[in-house]
Amino acid sequence: MLAKIIEPYVGRTGGLISALRAVQAEVGYLPEETEAVAGDLFNITRAEVKGVISFYHDFTREPKGETVVRLCAAEACQAAGGRQFVSEVEKQYALKMGETSASKDITLEPVYCLGLCSCAPAAMVGGRLVGMASAAKVEKAIERVKRERVS
Amino acid sequence: MSALKLFLPLDSVAIAMGADDVADALQNEAAKRKIKLELVRTGSRGMHWLEPLLEVEKDCKRIGYGPVSEDDAVSVLDAILGDGRHDKCVGLVEEIPFFKKQTRLIFERCGVTDPLSLEDYKSHGGFEGLDKALNIDGAAICEEIMQSGLRGRGGAGFPAGIKWKTVSEAKADQKYIVVNADEGDSGTFADRMIMEGDPFCLIEGMIIAGVAVGATKGFVYLRSEYPIAERVLNGAIVNARAAGVLGDNIRGTGKTFDIEVFVGAGAYICGEETSLLNSLEGKRGEVRAKPPLPALEGLFGKPTLVHNVISLCSVPAILAKGAKFYRDYGMGKSTGTMPFQLAGNIKYGGLFETAFGVTLGELVNDIGGGTFTEKSVRAAQIGGPLGAYLPPEMYNLPMDYETMLANGAGVGHGGVVVFDESVNLLEQARYAFEFCVEESCGKCTPCRIGSVRGVEVIDRIRAGRDHEKNVTVLDDLCELMVDGSLCAMGGMTPIPVQSAVKHFPEDFGIKQKQEAAT
Ligand SMILES: Cc1cc2nc3c(=O)[nH]c(=O)nc-3n(C[C@H](O)[C@H](O)[C@H](O)COP(=O)(O)O)c2cc1C
Ligand code: SF4
Ligand code: FES
Repeated sequence: MLAKIIEPYVGRTGGLISALRAVQAEVGYLPEETEAVAGDLFNITRAEVKGVISFYHDFTREPKGETVVRLCAAEACQAAGGRQFVSEVEKQYALKMGETSASKDITLEPVYCLGLCSCAPAAMVGGRLVGMASAAKVEKAIERVKRERVS
Repeated sequence: MSALKLFLPLDSVAIAMGADDVADALQNEAAKRKIKLELVRTGSRGMHWLEPLLEVEKDCKRIGYGPVSEDDAVSVLDAILGDGRHDKCVGLVEEIPFFKKQTRLIFERCGVTDPLSLEDYKSHGGFEGLDKALNIDGAAICEEIMQSGLRGRGGAGFPAGIKWKTVSEAKADQKYIVVNADEGDSGTFADRMIMEGDPFCLIEGMIIAGVAVGATKGFVYLRSEYPIAERVLNGAIVNARAAGVLGDNIRGTGKTFDIEVFVGAGAYICGEETSLLNSLEGKRGEVRAKPPLPALEGLFGKPTLVHNVISLCSVPAILAKGAKFYRDYGMGKSTGTMPFQLAGNIKYGGLFETAFGVTLGELVNDIGGGTFTEKSVRAAQIGGPLGAYLPPEMYNLPMDYETMLANGAGVGHGGVVVFDESVNLLEQARYAFEFCVEESCGKCTPCRIGSVRGVEVIDRIRAGRDHEKNVTVLDDLCELMVDGSLCAMGGMTPIPVQSAVKHFPEDFGIKQKQEAAT
């Protein structure tokens, strides 16, 4: 199955990275066999694939929670109360940045700028952008993402 | 009855502030009332405190309502259908001082046109630059860019004309145009806004560059944090190809140029051009040693013109209006306009395009209105995470490359992040090191290890342990990173750190230095 996702990217510019993005979009993470399959198809060593996976923040070898909540941790958001916003969200879900809840419904993670620095602090909840974010707004966005997933 | 035509941004900021919900509410209400509604999704005008900003055209002028929430949609629609009056009415959009004071050469169409409509683009001056370029030879185009004085907007401010000439004179079977759309700097969003709001401007700039230097293929290296820009840009490329603007026979001239969008995978360092090229080749984004210059040996070893989005988006106007027209804006060796981005704790945040030479104080106070917390401004970080923290005493400085450099700062990509008096500059300096720990590509020790040590030293200073000694260690460490780093990630992380120490010593427990010592 992985081979089917990866194959179309072989021979394309930057193909390996695009292929890994595609696997992750499909599977939710990069299962261990990704290295061997991609290595074979791109005709490079497993170590090289592993090196690429470990370099980029977007790639993960572990499944994440159903809704990934990305909180901007960069300067413009800090200036607009972002540090406090992050700790409020952490408290709300009893999770630290980088952690996934036991029920696997949410993962909290930092992101360094979403380009929403003029309506900071900013967050991205399951792909939805949230400006002038607060813990309450994040909660609402999570509920909404869940509802949309069901329907 | 003809349809009611309204304009609402699809820009990320507008959407983050609820524009899609407003769009749904308007459509629902219109359907209920059996009104034909044509809702054009535009880019943003850049007045982000007003987003979502809904506009309606009356007598060829746009009247705005903002910020419109989902709950306002019905009453605003009533107002538009009635006498126009509403609490959220901001009057003629282009008369709002924040907008009126600007010189929009790059962002002329952003917020006005439908970003995917070639018709709109053409009827608002689009492709005038390309048409000029297609009528002169490559060398003449390069000369025009040289004469304009355009400098790279990605951070380093290198003269674009020299780069164009180098690539154009290189002999090779294949050359490339690579657009740096990695825009990783906190406090910056100009690249995102133009890609979402006027993607044809970037496409036009790329084609002109391709024709000038003899490249037939262009890549846009886009950061993965910008999904809306990805969608709009890809849509625009499809439309441009269909219209014969991109592809094998550009506007019937027999010239070839095509564009592909490549999405990164989250790495600040991939904004550095050689790291970006490695990433575009599908590899780890490690920085390459220079020379060789990318202009001679870039993507897959071929001559490559790497430019920031805004650099290339400045090109159509330069060609259309002429190098002299462009050069007359700005000051000294900083010619033309720069889209400054006002961010952080600021009342009127957004994008303000103006000629170089505007002072920091004008941007922060007069235009930006100071902080939204209504407290006094204590610091502004200029030009991204590798930029200096400057105190209000320095806000009479004009924004141009040379002045900033002479004052230990840089224009960078034009981001201005404002902090009020609650900021602790020791925490900000610590964060600068943390960011470097997180984002270092790992190639050189001063950057990879030095940043980790930097966090530790700052923690010791904060705790007051061997205070004086650790302040000296911090200085030595910064010096080492400046001297021993291959690229500006390690080499410039000391700028936010040392500017914080210099201008805000009290936050580091350092007694104000004697005047004589400085
Ligand atoms: C750590 C680091 C990050 C950078 N990030 C960006 C970026 O996000 N966008 C950008 O255009 N240039 C960035 N640059 C500058 C590029 O290396 C390069 O100078 C630029 O793409 C050249 O284009 P220009 O001449 O149009 O500015 C970065 C440089 C460094 C050292
Ligand atoms: S300074 Fe840092 S980011 Fe730049 S090449 Fe060295 S290790 Fe990599
Ligand atoms: S710094 Fe948070 S969105 Fe830019």
